[in-house]
Amino acid sequence: MVKQIQVVQNILQSNEEIAAQNRRLIDEAGIFALNMMSSPGSGKTTLIEVTARRLADRYRIAMVNGDITTTLDADRAQQAGAGQAVAINTGGNCHLEAHMVRDALNQLDLAAVDMLIVENVGNLICPHGFKLGVHKRVVVASTPEGADKPYKYPSMYTGADVLVINKMDLLPYLDFDLEHFTRGVEALNPGLVTFPLSCTTGEGVDAWIAWLEAEIAANRG
Amino acid sequence: MHELAVTRSILEITLEHAEAADATVVTDIYLVIGDLSSFIDDSIQFYWSTLAEGTIAQEATLHFKRVPARMQCQRCGHAYPLVEAQGVCPNCDSRRAEIVAGKEFYVEAIDIE
Repeated sequence: MVKQIQVVQNILQSNEEIAAQNRRLIDEAGIFALNMMSSPGSGKTTLIEVTARRLADRYRIAMVNGDITTTLDADRAQQAGAGQAVAINTGGNCHLEAHMVRDALNQLDLAAVDMLIVENVGNLICPHGFKLGVHKRVVVASTPEGADKPYKYPSMYTGADVLVINKMDLLPYLDFDLEHFTRGVEALNPGLVTFPLSCTTGEGVDAWIAWLEAEIAANRG
Repeated sequence: MHELAVTRSILEITLEHAEAADATVVTDIYLVIGDLSSFIDDSIQFYWSTLAEGTIAQEATLHFKRVPARMQCQRCGHAYPLVEAQGVCPNCDSRRAEIVAGKEFYVEAIDIE
């Protein structure tokens, strides 16, 4: 005899439970944690390098980097001043999951960290669906990608806490309609904290750094 | 690609509920997937055939109920589909809106014997 059982259970629940455990570990250590997400080539790793260079003399930075096969990005972050860096090779997986971050946290000396930067796999689709346990989800967009990204990848933008628009120095050379882009973002995530900047010229980087410093201070125990 | 991990979760949830109900076989699984959740039916189906093999759910038919993305205007309360609206409320032209449907991703029910 066939019988129906009502389940109504979130398929991502087990990931979310691990994310909550990660969050407890991070909070207990008084760490401010970020999840950086973007398409490949947005300048995410360069932004992390610039950030580490600006903050490494005052704060202890740890880096967790999701990469399909290499440790190149983690190496770059460490050279720029991240005191500790763990590379997670996702083995072809297109996003980080909470258990991968948990394994990375276990390899770090959390008592010696003020800010943890998790660099997700370059991808505008999957990473948004998997909570990791960080405080802020940062989407790094860039002007060469085109202004239609919020319309094409709405989930990435609706789930963001902060938006960085990188490569602003290229604006005069590109057909990037900033107003169209901003309108799309505003419709999906009204009032989203946004930092337009250029890692090449340094324009706008101060505001980003000031925001990070305020968050680090707020999350210290 | 990311469907591999979530298909594993679907199988775990299914088996947990089926075993708790002393099922001998799972015949149907009803999934609810919002269009904004970025999970693809075909991929889930593809991984399912491999992952479910050898379990009591291996012959189960997967049913996908897709939920289109809908916005609700924060000014006039009008609900409208995200795709056609281009970020503007068709009723009052406001750009302030909240996503009210389309993020769903859960196992709704299973049929067992």
